[in-house]
Amino acid sequence: MDKIITIISKEWAEVFKNKLVFFSVLFLPLILAALPLGMLFAFSRIEGMETELNDPEIMKLAGQMCVGLNPMDCSLVYTLNLFVLMFMILPVAIPVTIAAYSIVGEKMTRSLEPLLATPITTVELLTAKIIAAVVPAIAATWVAFGIFFIGAWLLTPPAVFAAFFKPHWLLAIFVVAPLLTILATCIAVIVSSRVTDPRVAEQLSALVILPLILLVVGQSMGLILIDEQLMFLLGGIVLALDVILLYLAIRLFQRETILTRWK
Amino acid sequence: MINTSNLTKTFGEHAAVDRLTLDIADGEVFGFLGPNGAGKTTTIRMLTCLIAPTSGSARVLDYEVGRDDQQIRRNVGILTETPGMYDRLSAYRNLSIFARLYEVEKVDFQVEKYLKLLGLWERRNDPVGEFSKGMRQKLAIGRALLHEPRVLFLDEPTSALDPEASRLVHDFIGELKGRGRTIFLCTHNLDEADRLCDRVAVFKTHLRVVDTPGRLRQQVYGRQVVFHLAGPAETFLPIVQALPFVKAAEAKEDKLILSLDDPETHNPDIVRALVGAGAGIQFVGELRYSLEDVYLQLMKEEPATA
Ligand SMILES: Nc1ncnc2c1ncn2[C@@H]1O[C@H](COP(=O)(O)OP(=O)(O)O)[C@@H](O)[C@H]1O
Ligand SMILES: [Mg+2]
Repeated sequence: MDKIITIISKEWAEVFKNKLVFFSVLFLPLILAALPLGMLFAFSRIEGMETELNDPEIMKLAGQMCVGLNPMDCSLVYTLNLFVLMFMILPVAIPVTIAAYSIVGEKMTRSLEPLLATPITTVELLTAKIIAAVVPAIAATWVAFGIFFIGAWLLTPPAVFAAFFKPHWLLAIFVVAPLLTILATCIAVIVSSRVTDPRVAEQLSALVILPLILLVVGQSMGLILIDEQLMFLLGGIVLALDVILLYLAIRLFQRETILTRWK
Repeated sequence: MINTSNLTKTFGEHAAVDRLTLDIADGEVFGFLGPNGAGKTTTIRMLTCLIAPTSGSARVLDYEVGRDDQQIRRNVGILTETPGMYDRLSAYRNLSIFARLYEVEKVDFQVEKYLKLLGLWERRNDPVGEFSKGMRQKLAIGRALLHEPRVLFLDEPTSALDPEASRLVHDFIGELKGRGRTIFLCTHNLDEADRLCDRVAVFKTHLRVVDTPGRLRQQVYGRQVVFHLAGPAETFLPIVQALPFVKAAEAKEDKLILSLDDPETHNPDIVRALVGAGAGIQFVGELRYSLEDVYLQLMKEEPATA
């Protein structure tokens, strides 16, 4: 346990000195939180916005999202829903950046070999690397979501907020997002074992975002309705993938494999 | 301290280390000499339980490689081929991380001890990335010693260093030598092996020879004595050739080069015979070959293996 903590604190000390990683962990969440709030603020202030938003078409797209709301409020609910889905990008993008740099970086500087010569077990080492990537990602996601959530509550009429704030979003942020973080980290670990450039590892692993984007698009076109059932289903799928990928990552993460095949 | 028996590692079809059998005593500084690609790093990796042998066996400190790996890792130190420091972190942080991983009890005490010993205490808070290569290499050796291992493996400690930095590292290894540690030193620097090692092995996939540097020189060339004469040596060749203890004789300009088993006993007789024949002797000296000559000679010979 002591060794795991040693490695985690080393990862954080080392990886956050990398500007690229630092910015992606700090600024990506801030931007994702600030952008929608800025838009909401603009909606509530700018004259003439109302007619623009007062589009009955939106009612069709939004479907069940805003039963009993006028088109204007419905637009807001619709926008909020889209944005919150965007937050799900954080649990993928952040750990992938950290893990890619923490593993590929260590490969490049050849510091993995002296590390593997110590009495740390490979499972301890892998656990430490995964935790080091997962924890900041979850923290950043929650902080960004918290800011967005409070901002939305302050900037929108109560009816709109009530229509937007459904339990499935809590499920998404507190259950599915952490599971996604683990998934993305495992993929980054596996991909990192095969490439020598952290940027490539990052980009390949970030492909996990694609299914999420499909969700965003699907929802925005009114093709899918995101509700509790869908979230449970999603959570289940991601959990199953987590188990499989964790197993694979551990299998691949052996001293000899790392030293002789991780080139 | 380190014993291997037919230790072998193959990568696919290709043998990197083939049936290596060695016995290294407690406190010995053992040089492992070989050209690039000889399998030195592979041998160290097997002995430090980083990769598993394909066949054969090895014991380090009475622990069995492949069975007591965790014990071996706890009790040996290793300087890997590339030091692999965390450049963004300070020297102090680099060492304290490893002290913790090696389960050192008094982390701060040990880190301070080695930073001071290495002369890096003043620079302890600087990122290692700002250090010179020689300083990093010393720091990496210090990192391998934090847990006071009884066996130390050094993989080409000076190959990437300039002469000045090499000197720093050599002096440090020399200091360690006096402290009863067993050191396994991989190198292709023969001068280094000659100066630091009690015994050396010449190795290229197979073990060629193991002996003290002095005896290796002798084994390959025998002992040779040079007589510098005042004038051409050719004339005196028959005189020395007639002596029963001269195994071989050669004349080169004003020099006679003789191969002898026991120069201490026979040199006076040779001098007498030469003076008796009218030769003027200017100097007498033993011809010394460097380990490099020995090594190159051995590398030319093909291995005597089936
Ligand atoms: N992981 C590996 N896969 C395949 N071949 C390897 C591997 N590691 C080393 N070798 C081969 O084994 C031989 C010995 O390598 P190495 O032990 O690094 O030599 P040295 O350290 O003496 O320079 C070389 O021919 C090298 O190409
Ligand atoms: Mg090598």
